Amino acid sequence: MENSSIIKIENLVKKFPMGKGEFTALSGIGLTLSQGEFAGLIGPSGSGKTTLLNIIGSLDVPTSGLVKVLGQSISELNAKESARLRKENLGFIFQSYNLLAVHTVYENVEFPLLLLGLSSGERKKMVMDALEWVGLTDKIRSKPPQLSGGECQRVAVARAMVKKPSIVLADEPTANLDAANSHNILKTMEELNRELKTSFLFATHDEKVINYLHRKIFLLDGRIDKDEVVSN
Amino acid sequence: MIKFLFKGLLRDKSRSRLPVIVVTIGVTLSVFMHAYIVGFMGDIIEINARFTHGHMKVMTRSYADNMQQLPNDLAMADVSSLLNDLNSQFPATTWSPRIQFAGLIDVPDINGETRSQGPATGLGMDLLSPLSTEKERLNLQKSLIRGRLPEKKNEVLLSEEFSRKLAIDPGEQLTLISSTMNGSMAIHNFIMSGTVAMGHEALDKGTIIADIEDVQYALDMENAAGEILGFFKSGFYDDETALMYAERFNSSDTLNNDEFIPVMRSLSQQGTMGTYVSMTKMWSLYISLVFIIAMSLVLWNAGLLGGLRRYGEFGIRLAMGEEKSHIYRTLIYESLIIGIAGSITGTALGLFFAWLMQKYGIDFSGIMQGSSMMIPSVIRARITSADFYIGFIPGLAATVIGTMLSGIGIYKRQTAKLFKELET
Repeated sequence: MENSSIIKIENLVKKFPMGKGEFTALSGIGLTLSQGEFAGLIGPSGSGKTTLLNIIGSLDVPTSGLVKVLGQSISELNAKESARLRKENLGFIFQSYNLLAVHTVYENVEFPLLLLGLSSGERKKMVMDALEWVGLTDKIRSKPPQLSGGECQRVAVARAMVKKPSIVLADEPTANLDAANSHNILKTMEELNRELKTSFLFATHDEKVINYLHRKIFLLDGRIDKDEVVSN
Repeated sequence: MIKFLFKGLLRDKSRSRLPVIVVTIGVTLSVFMHAYIVGFMGDIIEINARFTHGHMKVMTRSYADNMQQLPNDLAMADVSSLLNDLNSQFPATTWSPRIQFAGLIDVPDINGETRSQGPATGLGMDLLSPLSTEKERLNLQKSLIRGRLPEKKNEVLLSEEFSRKLAIDPGEQLTLISSTMNGSMAIHNFIMSGTVAMGHEALDKGTIIADIEDVQYALDMENAAGEILGFFKSGFYDDETALMYAERFNSSDTLNNDEFIPVMRSLSQQGTMGTYVSMTKMWSLYISLVFIIAMSLVLWNAGLLGGLRRYGEFGIRLAMGEEKSHIYRTLIYESLIIGIAGSITGTALGLFFAWLMQKYGIDFSGIMQGSSMMIPSVIRARITSADFYIGFIPGLAATVIGTMLSGIGIYKRQTAKLFKELET
C-alpha cells in the first residue's frame, strides 16, 4: 500500500485565526490513501472534513505537518505549482454543482481540457467520452439552468473526470439530490473508480454516500476517530 | 480559451450588455457635457467677437495702441486693396471692415428744430452688399423690434431703448453730428428704418448701426476703415490659429516703424479678452474634469462591483487549475473589451448629440427678453478634437482600473476563501 500511496499525511495541524485567538480545525491528522481507493471523510459539521479536503486539493495550506499529494508537498508548492497540480491531477465535485451557468454542458466539461491546452479534436473526443460515462450525450447543447439537479451533478462528475485525474475530491456531492439521483451519481462514480482506477475521496455525512464507500475515515473535532476498510 | 471566455462574456448579459450600457451612458454624458461647456463658454467669446473684437482685428499700429478711444483719425486708408490681400493670404477667414465712431444724434421736429438729442456710439458695417454676412453675424433680423432693416443708402438702425429716449419712430429723420477722419465737423442726415434690441446694455443704451459706405461718406473716410475684423469660417474662435495668423501677418513689417502700418491682433490680444480667453479655457477644463472624474468614479465602481460579483466563478476556475494571474489577466481583457466597446459607442452618441446641439442649439431668446447680460440667446455645443478622445478617460481607463482593483482581491484572498465563496 505504501508504494502506491497517492496521498500521505503526517501529523497535520490546521489552525484558523478567530478573534484574538485561534481555532484548531485539524489536529494531528495522519492518513495514507492509495491509488484507486473509494474513500470518504465522515463526520458531523465542523469536524474538519472540508478543511482536510481543501488542503489535499491544494486550495489551502497546513499550519504544520506534512501533506504530500502525488509526491508533492502541499506546503512547499507555490501558487503556480499548486494550480498545475489541480489542473493535471485533481478533479473537484461540489455540493452545489458550481457549473458555469452561461456555458453549455459541452463547454462546462470542456473547460478543464482548455486549461490543459489540448487540441480541439482531442477535447471533443474526451468530452464526448465523459458525457457518455454519465449518460448525458443528448444534453450537450443544454445550459445548466435547463437541467435537473441530478443532471447538473452528472455534468459536474463529467467535468471532474474528463481529464482522467488521479484523484477526485467530492465535497457533499449528494447533499442537494434526492435518493434516486444520489444512487445514480454514486453508482456512476463507483464504476468510474473501478474502470479508470481514479481515487475518490468524499467529504460527507450522508448515509447514502457512506453506504457506497470502500473506506470510511471518521473525523471528530478535527481528529481521526476511526478508519475502517469495508470488505467487499 | 479566448473563444470560451468571449462566449461567456457575450452570453452573460450582466457581464457584457449591462456594463457596456453603463459605460456608454457615462461616456456619452462626458463627451456631450464637454462639448456643451466648451460651446457655452465659447459663445460668450463669440458675442464679443461679432460685435467688437472679431476673431482677429486688423488696424493701424497707432489705432491698435489707442483702441479704446476709437481714433478714426488713425484709420486705415485703401481698405479695398488690404481686403484683397487679407482674402488671398487667409482664405479660411471672412474679413469685414468696420468703423466704430461716436457722435451726437439730433432728432428734428417738423420745423427742423431740435426735438430731442442724445450721445451715441456708432457701428458702421456692410449692411447692403448682397454677399455680406454682417446682418446674420449680429443677428439683426431677430433683434429687430420695430420697422425693418436698412435696405437702401442712408438708412440706419437705432437701439430700441435709445429710440424711445429720443422719441423717434421708424421712417423719421435723424442727424448724426460727429467729426470726420481729418478732425473737421461732420453732419449727416439719416432715416431710421428700424430699432433693435441686442440684449446687451452697452449696445442697447445708445447705438446707431449704419452701412459702412454711409459712414465713410458721413465721416469723410472714403475707402477707409478703423478696423477690419476677421472671422473664422468655422464660426468658432481658435486662439492658437488666431495667434498664428497675427504673428504671420505682423512678421513682414516688424522693422517698419510707420504708425499707419496695418497690424493684426487676435481676440485674446485685445484688452481684457486675453484674460477671458484664458479663463474660459481653464474653466472649461475644470468643469469637464469634475464631470469626467465623477463619471470615472461611477464607472470605476461598476468595474469594481462587476469583479466582486464574480468571485464565485473565480473559485470554480481556480479549483479547475486555472492560475490566479491568468484569471486576473482575463478579467482585465474583458474590461478592456467592455471599455473599448462602451467608449466607442458612447463617444459616437455623445458626438451625435453634441452635433445636434451645435447645429440647432437651444433658443433661449424667449426668456432672455429684457436681459442686460451679454450672454448668447441660443446656446450651442461645440465639438472640438478633445471630444473624440475625452470619453476614453472614464470609459476605458476608469473601467479597467476599477476591474484591476477588484481583481487584486483574487490575490489577497486565500484560494480556499475564494473557493468557499462558491457556496455562498
